Amino acid sequence: MLKTTALNAAHRALGAKMVDFSGWEMPLHYGSQVEEHHKVRRDVGMFDVSHMLAIDFHGVGSRDFLRYLLANNVDRLQLPGKAMYSCMLNEQGGVLDDLIVYYLSEDWFRMVVNAGTADKDLAWIQAQRDAHATSVTVVPRRDLAILAVQGPNARARVWLARPELRAATESLKPFQAVALDGWFVGRTGYTGEDGFEIILPAGEIEDFWWLLNQLGVAPVGLGARDTLRLEAGMNLYGQDMDETTTPLESGLAWTVDLKSPRDFVGKHALEESHVTRNLYGVVLLDRGVLRAHQRVITAHGEGETTSGSFAPTLNRSIALARLPVQVEVDDQVQVAVRDKLLAAKVVKYPFVRNGKSLID
Amino acid sequence: MMSIPSDLKYTKTHEWVRREVDGTVSVGITHHAQDLLGDMVFVENPAVGRKLAAGEECAVVESVKAASDVYAPVSGEVVAVNEDVAASPEKLNQDPYGAWMFRIRPSEPAQLDGLLDAAAYAALVESESH
Repeated sequence: MLKTTALNAAHRALGAKMVDFSGWEMPLHYGSQVEEHHKVRRDVGMFDVSHMLAIDFHGVGSRDFLRYLLANNVDRLQLPGKAMYSCMLNEQGGVLDDLIVYYLSEDWFRMVVNAGTADKDLAWIQAQRDAHATSVTVVPRRDLAILAVQGPNARARVWLARPELRAATESLKPFQAVALDGWFVGRTGYTGEDGFEIILPAGEIEDFWWLLNQLGVAPVGLGARDTLRLEAGMNLYGQDMDETTTPLESGLAWTVDLKSPRDFVGKHALEESHVTRNLYGVVLLDRGVLRAHQRVITAHGEGETTSGSFAPTLNRSIALARLPVQVEVDDQVQVAVRDKLLAAKVVKYPFVRNGKSLID
Repeated sequence: MMSIPSDLKYTKTHEWVRREVDGTVSVGITHHAQDLLGDMVFVENPAVGRKLAAGEECAVVESVKAASDVYAPVSGEVVAVNEDVAASPEKLNQDPYGAWMFRIRPSEPAQLDGLLDAAAYAALVESESH
């Protein structure tokens, strides 16, 4: 039996093609994935991401616990509302999940984790809590829903729908959030565009969804969410990294704090590790479409695409690929696409930011 | 509503086939096939002059979501390919029965009689959706 979000009926009413996503019945698209992609780049779209899980941390020692649990350093979070991207690692330095953690007060941190890993994450967090931080309470918030509103006009459209949010959210900088009246509005997202991720009581999301829809905010499915995030050069858990790869091999060294003296799960393994490959951007020069798990032949040995797709904003195909670290930007490589070797070029990612190509 | 024109023939692998007046057949993918695959972004047609056996993989269509093979519905020689569709793959979504992909001059025209008619194809689509 698939799990459903509070917006299931709304998705069906809008004609969504529903698919099984990590055990959740979610919308893939509402007619055209490519049109939904363009809508987010050019105007505004909204995504039901309620399958992701918010987890609250309360109690004395919450910061100390997160300092130990996460590879990025929560001491960077000093202003209430500040958010940070981090990996959560196992003892071997493999990535258990990637997540966003928000600091609200010394007595309240909130984390949002991926849908497919939520149960595993929760079990891991609770075991770590039992061993290291018994004063901390870990509260999974399945009572909350999550709506991402993304695009150059996202914030303006949210304020049109809910004018009372404007004063409290207008001054938010990227990666900041504010909690008000049971709602939680963060200036974060997964598309490379401006916007909000709004965490709210599940019983309130459907009215808000229809209100935004009446104001011209297009519903966007997980299909476009994937092409948008790939163009934005953002990793997808389970594809671009997993328990068998470290953040250092996944283009995420910038999120790992090895400088401070604090200990964290996986630190020792990362310090001992010898990094031979890293994540790169690849642009296809020949005609065709790159996909995940295609062989990449470079002058320094072989690698593999981890995510690949047609990129609607660029009208060409792009990929993230794990390649030997000696590879450099602008190197020519070949990708094995079905029965052919196609020409491609290594580039710096993100490929697209705020609607504009960064690779031409 | 799924469109299955009655004047065409169909394959079990979701190609449609139209007899042209010059004795060749045009081949495309069905409304059902494009609907399953979603937004088309790449088409690779067979080379003109290539000899095909019925059932042979001869073309590729790729949507944002996935790549899919296209099979020769009958044996014969490729006599034309639709460059418009290769340049604008979205035509397969917009007008699947207008957007032919390639034309074959059949070497064994009797094979056409073995293809599905609209009713049989409709039944196939129905059975696959359960």
